[in-house]
Amino acid sequence: MSFERSIFVDPSRCIGCGACVAACRECDDHRGKSMMNLDFIDRSTTTAALPTVCMHCEDPFAPCAEVCPVDAILRTDDGVVQSPDPSRCIGCTNCVNACPWGVPKFDPVEQLAYKCNLCYDRTSVGLGPMCATVCPSDALYYGTAEEVAAARPTREVIDVFAFGNQELQTGNQMVVPAERASAVLPLIHT
Amino acid sequence: MSPRRHFQMPTPPGVADFHSAGADAAGMWETHRPDEKLVSTHCAFCGVQCGMHLRVSKGDVIGVEPRMDTHNRGKLCPKGVGAYQQISHPDRLTFPLVRDADGLRRATWDEALDRVIDDIRRIQDAHGKDAVATYGGASTITEKTYVLGKFARLALGTRHADYNGRMCMVSAGTANNASFGVDRTPNPISDMAHADAALVLGANVPETFPIFVRHYWELIDRGGTLIVVDPRETTLARVAALHLALRPGTDAPLLLALLHEIIERDLVDHDFVEAHTVGFDEVAASVAGWTAKRAAEICGVPARDISEAAVRYGSAERAMVNHARGIEHQVMGSRNAMAAINLCLATGNIGRPGAGYGTITGQGNGQGGREHGQKCDQLPGQRSIEDPEARAHVAAVWGVDPDDIPRKGAPIFKQLDLMEAGEIRGVLNICSNPIVSWPDEHRTRRLLTGLELYAVIDIFLSESAMLADVVLPGSAWAESEGVVANSDALVCKINKAVDPPGEARDDIWILCELARRLGRGQYFDFAGSRDVYEELRRASAGGKADYAGITYERIEAEGPIAWPCPTTDHPGTPRMFTDFRFYFPDGRARFNAVDYEPPPEEPDADYPYRLTTGRTVAHYLSGNQTRRIGYLVDQTPRPWVEIHPATAAELGISEDDPVRVESRRGEAVLPARVVTTIRPDTVFIPYHWASPVAANTLTISRFDPVSWIPAFKTAVCRLSRHSEAAPDPYRPPVPDVATTLSEDRNVAPASADAPATIPAASERQPADPPRDGPANPPRTEGPST
Repeated sequence: MSFERSIFVDPSRCIGCGACVAACRECDDHRGKSMMNLDFIDRSTTTAALPTVCMHCEDPFAPCAEVCPVDAILRTDDGVVQSPDPSRCIGCTNCVNACPWGVPKFDPVEQLAYKCNLCYDRTSVGLGPMCATVCPSDALYYGTAEEVAAARPTREVIDVFAFGNQELQTGNQMVVPAERASAVLPLIHT
Repeated sequence: MSPRRHFQMPTPPGVADFHSAGADAAGMWETHRPDEKLVSTHCAFCGVQCGMHLRVSKGDVIGVEPRMDTHNRGKLCPKGVGAYQQISHPDRLTFPLVRDADGLRRATWDEALDRVIDDIRRIQDAHGKDAVATYGGASTITEKTYVLGKFARLALGTRHADYNGRMCMVSAGTANNASFGVDRTPNPISDMAHADAALVLGANVPETFPIFVRHYWELIDRGGTLIVVDPRETTLARVAALHLALRPGTDAPLLLALLHEIIERDLVDHDFVEAHTVGFDEVAASVAGWTAKRAAEICGVPARDISEAAVRYGSAERAMVNHARGIEHQVMGSRNAMAAINLCLATGNIGRPGAGYGTITGQGNGQGGREHGQKCDQLPGQRSIEDPEARAHVAAVWGVDPDDIPRKGAPIFKQLDLMEAGEIRGVLNICSNPIVSWPDEHRTRRLLTGLELYAVIDIFLSESAMLADVVLPGSAWAESEGVVANSDALVCKINKAVDPPGEARDDIWILCELARRLGRGQYFDFAGSRDVYEELRRASAGGKADYAGITYERIEAEGPIAWPCPTTDHPGTPRMFTDFRFYFPDGRARFNAVDYEPPPEEPDADYPYRLTTGRTVAHYLSGNQTRRIGYLVDQTPRPWVEIHPATAAELGISEDDPVRVESRRGEAVLPARVVTTIRPDTVFIPYHWASPVAANTLTISRFDPVSWIPAFKTAVCRLSRHSEAAPDPYRPPVPDVATTLSEDRNVAPASADAPATIPAASERQPADPPRDGPANPPRTEGPST
């Protein structure tokens, strides 16, 4: 864990309001393009929803950056996996395909890929990222694991995920029911 | 759910997105403009009134920056994030319009104002002062609502001033007045964090007040019991310990049975009832027959759930009751709220942290907007307009004789009957869009077009403004300084960021100018909001909603302050009744016995399903603002009809199929959303859109007999699969004079000398009755309630 403060994703709290998506696309750096995904799991049977942010993968080293043939995606020492540098990005979409979370997105007009940089302009000066700052229901929370543990006694925080046999440790973290803390996620076939 | 590889959801053509935000900042990682400044304010939308900064550059509001205000701590919902986009929006009204034979056309301010004045004079000379009414809104600063109320009473001299809170807080207010003697939420919503149990009635908090949700999470995290009563499984109901999914319109039987169970199990706080209340024995007798079993049959929920809810609520050390429009938008609205308060009083849950009662205010200034004079029965400070002492106090502040202040007028929905009878012939409408928001759209359309004068002050050409004789371009939320009172009665300061665009003027100036032209300018000598507010403080002093101790400077220095606040060294009143003294001469709260009256329509062979309407998170009220903001339109471009799979299967309806929904008032074709999260006997439609996809073409024109709130939640309908695709939502009207000037579209240059026109309302609006129809068309339905 290299982040002092990170985003904690708690799907049980998500109300599906879309504030995170709206806030992300406000950034002057990528106006109108949201790096967030928000999904209703199965609206026909439930109102449950799931926000997906970039988890800023740490170990193994961020898959999006690893597969970038031109090193457009770099990770800074603070652990943030940066947005593809538009002066390098060749629009190959390797990162889009490699990410286990489905985070990087491709703009077919600009022929450039985009991904979350944890609002580097904000977090590098002590502000929270837009998505977690505005999230009304604390489904996205920016802070420390201690704060989350104190506020949510029935929950546990995890930062290691299994995709099939591949384990992945991330910078951002997930809040899960305590009895589900050793969750093994199935390999996602797309 | 599938991974999204590309950016998607292009904004529909014609919907502005980031229009006001100017050109992109140059260069990567340039996320702020060099000349940018932040203006501290609160959101334009709901009753939470989230603090936010507006980013202002070169005279435009270009964005939003979260602000760590006390009650939202930086949090915003999607409406809050997008709110700023309405300010420099291309659809803004930037010049006055008046109607002539060809439709609405551009006019000068002099011409438009004189047209209003001439019509008012003509109508009032022929039919008396009360023939002209005002209809205000509560999504605006309190100063504007104060001036409107004063304008009605002193400039027009009419009894008939009312406002759109008639569709919002009046049921709760009626019950609060009847039970506590004052119309205000007693406990702040943050008290939820201290409660052991909470009963949430008819409140889809996650979609309508998303920021309040965290307080319910705090309750759950502390191990508290959340009980949600709602026909739909909302995201709050999903996590509740108990979800009572009752039939719409049957809240009273449930609440009566809860009280019955609490009494039967002796969970009553006898000491509290004895010391601080009146009327318990009568109420206890009145619920004697309301067993859980009897209520269960009417409500359509298991009797054991009702008993369990009673036990868990009644045995909690500290318990809260919250309710919103779900139980209030019924002919039983105010009685439902009284039945809810009876539970609090019987269990002694009031006036303590985590133990109490809260109404959740819908509109941004739903609290402040209802208590300073634009309501038909009130003068500033929540004073009764029939109380001689109150009249004398306000008359002294206004510098008039008390007899010069008209008496109590009719609530707006009673005024509809007066319009049909030809007693009201002119309406000045500000900050509201009745075509979308009133029940029974066809009737609304007929009544508004039948008026001799329908003048509208608005920032956009709403569906209602399209029907107006005169449209005056007013000021948006970020273009005036003033105060609002949020759901917790916290008086918050709204700050001015920019000037109104084009020829648009501050609403206060417009009202004062109309007053001057009516020869009553001496009572409206306000240079701006601050002058108004200083007078409002004096007018409210000593009233229930006492703002005397709240100054602009105090709010700026200390943050929002809850009224009553009688002196400048008073800390304000975040929680009411902490001394268990209520606003009655004997200091005791009142139990009010409630009889159950079934909804005005029940399912039958012709109309077998219950129809309930409500909101969705991306849109606000009539959608006049949010239906123009790109992201919000992307998120929720159109209404839908929510149907249970069992019902859908019977009717051969699948997800996204066009469904024809018909009621005795009208019909709409909407795509189906087939979900298990609604009762099989009930369908739901969100109401923010106009014809041809308007929920309010279906709703019933029946009202609570005391509060006069419409019964939006209880109508019946039939459903069938439709052969053609559901129509697209109607685009909000745009004053396209400005944008079509250079195009050949039957418009002349935009100068005052050669006025431009926009097409007649009948060409732009579906189902628009002709303007030259009978001025007062005959009634087609029986009297309401």
